[in-house]
Amino acid sequence: MTLDRRSFIKTGGAAVAGTMVLPPLLKSCQNLQISPDVKSYLDHFEVTPETLQKVIAEAMSKGGDYADLFFEHTISNSLGLEDGKVNSANSNVDYGVGVRVLKGDQTGFAYTESTSLQDMLKVAKTAANIANDPVTFNQGELIEKTIPNYYKVSQNWENSTIEEKIPFVQKLNDRLFELDEKVSKARVFQRDESSYVMFYSSEGLLTYDYRPMATLGVVCVMEKDGVIENDYSARSVRMGFEFMNDEVVEELAQEAVKKTNFLFGAGKPKAGELPVVLGAGGSGILLHEAMGHPFEADFNRKGESIFSDKMGKSIAKDFINIVEDGTIEYNRGAINVDDEGNDVKKVYLVKDGVLESYLHDRISAKHYGVEPTGNGRRQSFRHVPLPRMRITYMENGPHTTEEIISSVDYGVYVDNFTNGQVKIGAGDFTFFVKSGMLIENGKLTTPIKDINIIGNGPQALADITMAAGDYKTATGTWTCGKGGQSVPVGMGLPSVLVKKLTVGGTNA
Amino acid sequence: MTKEEKYSIAKWAMEHAVKNGAQQARVIIYNNNSSQIEVRDEKIDKLQESNRSGMQINLYVDNKYSSISTNRITNKEELGKFIEEAIVGTRFLAEDEFRTLPDPDRYYKGGGPDLKTLDPNFANVDPQQKVKDAFALEKEVLGTDDRIISVSTSYSDGMSGSVMVASNGFEGDTDNSYYSLRASVSVTDGVARPQGNWYESSIFSDQLIRKDIGKKALKKALDRLGQAKIGSGKMPMIVENKMAGQALRPLISALNGGSIQQKQSFLIDMKGEKIGSDLMTITDDPFIVSGRGSRLFDREGMATEKRSVVEKGVLKTYYIDTYYAKKLEMEATSGSTTNLVFKPGEKDLEGLLADIDRGILVTGFNGGNSNGATGDFSYGIEGFLVEKGKLVQPVAEMNITGNFKELWKNLVAVGSDVDPTRSWRLPSLVFDKVDFSGV
Repeated sequence: MTLDRRSFIKTGGAAVAGTMVLPPLLKSCQNLQISPDVKSYLDHFEVTPETLQKVIAEAMSKGGDYADLFFEHTISNSLGLEDGKVNSANSNVDYGVGVRVLKGDQTGFAYTESTSLQDMLKVAKTAANIANDPVTFNQGELIEKTIPNYYKVSQNWENSTIEEKIPFVQKLNDRLFELDEKVSKARVFQRDESSYVMFYSSEGLLTYDYRPMATLGVVCVMEKDGVIENDYSARSVRMGFEFMNDEVVEELAQEAVKKTNFLFGAGKPKAGELPVVLGAGGSGILLHEAMGHPFEADFNRKGESIFSDKMGKSIAKDFINIVEDGTIEYNRGAINVDDEGNDVKKVYLVKDGVLESYLHDRISAKHYGVEPTGNGRRQSFRHVPLPRMRITYMENGPHTTEEIISSVDYGVYVDNFTNGQVKIGAGDFTFFVKSGMLIENGKLTTPIKDINIIGNGPQALADITMAAGDYKTATGTWTCGKGGQSVPVGMGLPSVLVKKLTVGGTNA
Repeated sequence: MTKEEKYSIAKWAMEHAVKNGAQQARVIIYNNNSSQIEVRDEKIDKLQESNRSGMQINLYVDNKYSSISTNRITNKEELGKFIEEAIVGTRFLAEDEFRTLPDPDRYYKGGGPDLKTLDPNFANVDPQQKVKDAFALEKEVLGTDDRIISVSTSYSDGMSGSVMVASNGFEGDTDNSYYSLRASVSVTDGVARPQGNWYESSIFSDQLIRKDIGKKALKKALDRLGQAKIGSGKMPMIVENKMAGQALRPLISALNGGSIQQKQSFLIDMKGEKIGSDLMTITDDPFIVSGRGSRLFDREGMATEKRSVVEKGVLKTYYIDTYYAKKLEMEATSGSTTNLVFKPGEKDLEGLLADIDRGILVTGFNGGNSNGATGDFSYGIEGFLVEKGKLVQPVAEMNITGNFKELWKNLVAVGSDVDPTRSWRLPSLVFDKVDFSGV
């Protein structure tokens, strides 16, 4: 997408302060064939192909094998409602460029928050130090890479005013109080982000992406007979202002009230190993923690993952297919190009029960001698790329949801989660269940809440004995943390039965 | 950026905001410099350097409030426009009479003691020494045990400085530094690949412990081989000092003014009431020389005070900032903790364990969460089964489940082993009757 220069200098409460002043147009290099799209990004970051090449040459000057530059300009705005009023707003601007140099598996990295040639050369020199074998670098041809667009935007956030956003935030609050008189507090949050990134490597590859993100959510507090409960609902997608509409507001209000209401009278199961039925959708957190992270190739390269010697082996029932994909339109985890300039693909991690692929970044793909999978992601220009998930899901299985639930004598059905975690080497993963149901004699009986479930990745994967045909992509605002970096992700799952996991609960 | 330069830009931005329609404004300018060296396979795996700066502005416009932040702070024309636009945008918000800067009487006004939170020699540490330190940790363990499959060690350091100015008469600055060394060792017995970690950190380079970090990480990893879950049951839980924060954090969150006002606290109206056993005594002490949480003023500029948080199980104070103090019609204390000092007991960890007939020593948590409104919790744990005072087996893949209101009343012993390298100075703690889920 071409940057609309005018949209950047629009004033007058365009956002709280979402706009920022851009420097005057620079004269781009005349002797290189570049498209207007690329030119607008180069101008945006006040650089030319010549300056990029100078910085790369400095980065490669000590004998690195490879170097790349990652430019980023991110503008985010948020609105908050508390006690019935949209009474706080925040805007943040973040700008800079990261320089990375690789020598084999080794990385040198530094960044600057200015894109002046002098500052970029300085950090390039720092990053170059990972190698110590001075050479003259021969610059290759500049190759402009065009990328697909999995998140076409109708109305840019930069063209949307705070005035336009406020009514939706207010309405979500008002609908909550209308829906149920037990609602005593509501906190609504709205957040939008526009991230412009540009990438250039020592291989001459030049590419760019515009990454929008829209989030709306509400924390709902309800009181009944002196008991206070709370839960929340949220949606987060890569869309522009068109995301904000009455339908999403209504959906979120209904969901928050329903989820919170459910908690009154909910109890705890018996402590111990139980069959666990994971409801379609958000239960994808099982895949994310138990399999996704241990499949990340950096852990395997270092031999640290419990799956390190399982490639090509059967690790699950033959009806199980687990996919990692960054191309699902508008999904929070979608990216048009990864943060190392690689194409984003749909990758089968597990096909017919057999482990087929890890998730690779550039370093690990080279290490394993395979094609990159488009999983090299970073939180920002301040961070190095790592193998990261995008959208992780399991395809439909052969069973029905009814069959699955009726097969359980005593166990739990869970479909509402807040967070999860995994210990890569031991393989122990956990996820926290905000609410679910007890299953007794093949039937859903009473509500349960606030329990942690823990299992072992390879064992849990082998223990998925049934999978239904009711696949759903998770809604919600999943953010994955690793090595101190956060990236937005997506997930999905059909209903599945895990034969046994350790469920938090009470002992008689 | 020098301190003078930071003050100059901060004051300019504050005055610009006030000139352009804000009745009040507060500006913070910070910068952090850090470096990190990761070592594996006798090579530098990753070398990272970071120099970050930025500005944060709180705007109070016609009883309306917004905050803005940017890392583009050197161009005044651009910055001025950013502030002006924000003020225009803020006017679209709803009025909120509770949003103001703190009462100036509460501000820190200078003359406090030197808390020694910055190493004056930070800039003089030899980069080659940093690399040597990281390699030395690796050397401690590489090749010492056949079961080792991966060793990663790292050195990191950083210094941060910030200045804050507020339009109703506050000026103050802070400077901090840290150094840390870390080792992660993965081992295998052919089945699992447990990892052990150890780290040391310090405000001063010459006080950083550099020895035995690799060895301790290796021991932690080897100790986990053969870990398994055991039967479910109610047992005493001993939480190792380094992990005790997990048990305390939700309780401190429940004392936060925002949690109370938004009814997301299980400790509403509990000031003066018993919330834990007699062994629970916690003091918030901002003035410990070289304490990791030491500070003379809080995030709003209010002068810090030494406070009793819990005295023999009785709740003494909440953490309330200016905004929620007004909303709750309570006195503002401070919105955040400084150094939390848990009153230690007589016995070290070994002594505590000696009194356990059968229980679980928790050395790590794995996921889980708690319900702020009710105090219900459920966490994954790993550690050791303790029988007759001895560690008999590593356990993992288990959960603890309960309620924080009950848990703290069941605090039956407190260790003497307070960890002084952290801002929360906690000893090992023993809780009775905890629900464990296992086989």
